[in-house]
Amino acid sequence: MIEVRNIIKSFDGNTVLKDISAGFEPGRTNLIIGRSGSGKTVLLKCILGLYDPDSGFISYDGRDFTAMKNRERKRLRQEVGMVFQGGALFDSLTVEENVRFPLDMFTNMSFREKLKRVEFCLEHVNISKANHLYPSEISGGMQKRVAIARAIALNPKYLFCDEPNSGLDPETATLIDNLIHDLTTEFNMTTIINTHDMNSVIEIGESVLFIHKGEKCWEGSKHDILTAENRILNDFIFANKLYAQMKQTQKTSPDTPV
Amino acid sequence: MKFLFHIGRYFWMLGKVFARPEKHKMYVRQLFHEIDALGINSIGIVVIISIFIGGILTIQLAYNLVNPLYPKTLIGLGTRDTLILEFSSTIIGLILAGKIGSNITSEIGSMKVTEQIDSLEIMGVNSVGYLILPKIIAVVFMMPFLVILSIFFGLTGGLIVGPAVGVVTVPEYIEGIRFLFVPYYVTFTLIKSIFFGFLIASVPAYFGYFVQGGALEVGKASTRAVVNTNILILLFDLILTRLLLT
Ligand SMILES: Nc1ncnc2c1ncn2[C@@H]1O[C@H](COP(=O)(O)OP(=O)(O)O)[C@@H](O)[C@H]1O
Ligand SMILES: [Mg+2]
Repeated sequence: MIEVRNIIKSFDGNTVLKDISAGFEPGRTNLIIGRSGSGKTVLLKCILGLYDPDSGFISYDGRDFTAMKNRERKRLRQEVGMVFQGGALFDSLTVEENVRFPLDMFTNMSFREKLKRVEFCLEHVNISKANHLYPSEISGGMQKRVAIARAIALNPKYLFCDEPNSGLDPETATLIDNLIHDLTTEFNMTTIINTHDMNSVIEIGESVLFIHKGEKCWEGSKHDILTAENRILNDFIFANKLYAQMKQTQKTSPDTPV
Repeated sequence: MKFLFHIGRYFWMLGKVFARPEKHKMYVRQLFHEIDALGINSIGIVVIISIFIGGILTIQLAYNLVNPLYPKTLIGLGTRDTLILEFSSTIIGLILAGKIGSNITSEIGSMKVTEQIDSLEIMGVNSVGYLILPKIIAVVFMMPFLVILSIFFGLTGGLIVGPAVGVVTVPEYIEGIRFLFVPYYVTFTLIKSIFFGFLIASVPAYFGYFVQGGALEVGKASTRAVVNTNILILLFDLILTRLLLT
């Protein structure tokens, strides 16, 4: 489990995160949601140590991350897989080389073992026959899936995804969401996903943290989010007409399943 | 103030460049790739430019030697010494700052803005070392080689153009380029080339690594990298000439 307490982060006097506390459990998908610009990426990068928070406490399964020296953090990061907003695949490497990269860098596996692991990871994200293509030669959805395959290559305990389905069509987006969810349960990872997409929330929001302008505004799950009595949260959710309609039908027949 | 900030951050970066690599094999693989991409790929432009400049130098020197009492051997000698002392290290340095430098800034800069560098850091890779060290070694290693190549093709250019336009004969030119040869000039130019190679790789890498924003900023950073590298090359040319040629 990952725990953050009282995280504050500002850039040049502009406070982006205002006293955020939360816990993220293993084996389920933890979502951080909010409008764009609300501070989701900054929070994730603080948890990863790409930014140092001004104050606050972060721990990975009881290991105090904030107190770690650079070298210890580097070692811990080998237990972390990350999927960036744009995929962040290395453009100069093929799909196979991208997934193999962490193995090349951090393991002493033989070439054959590495290839087997690459195949295993690519199979888990349903990619085949693309091993020798470059990132620019495959679709956005495939890039995201390869990014996920690369993130799980070293069998991480922790998986972080920043807007994993931004820029994808709804169908592919749902596919990616479910893929991340299934991998999380299969490998019992502690997964944190940033998103502003309500579809993802309804699909895989087992735990949801809503951030508004850098403040924690609401916490819950997909089961109670549509009925929550929180004005800011409601403004966020029901900006989408579809969910506004769903809410209407729920009011008239309260036992409609979500 | 801004200037001191950049100097400080540049040296911070160099500190990380020379940190211990995670895995030597990966760095070596990258090194061979960079030698090819940055060094071998620059041979063509160096050869073409050197041939032209060698030819032009020969014509200009002949034009300036109006006094018939001066021996024609001075044409070959002048071409040779200008190539060795200044042209083949400094001018080639400036040109490669444009070619290699902008390439390095745009490659590292676009890796930065598309979060590929963050991605390396998350994996626990020292992104500065992994991306920049092989480039610096590759360029510093290739520069002396390119300079020698430039001297050779510059002299060849003179040899082709001088006799072709009739300002000097082949034997006069050949005698000229062998006349009063100072081997130390070659040492001097090779020392310069090593300094220039370091600047050509490290300064643009700095500009690329600290890009913020998007593709537009990467383009701007490339321009700034080339301009600053050029100024630094000339500054070091001045300093090294003063230190080594007096
Ligand atoms: N490196 C940075 N320097 C200054 N401000 C930043 C930086 N990164 C993010 N911000 C600011 O922090 C706020 C939150 O950004 P972000 O976390 O990226 O939002 P999102 O929720 O869309 O991921 C934005 O107002 C952004 O301008
Ligand atoms: Mg974001």
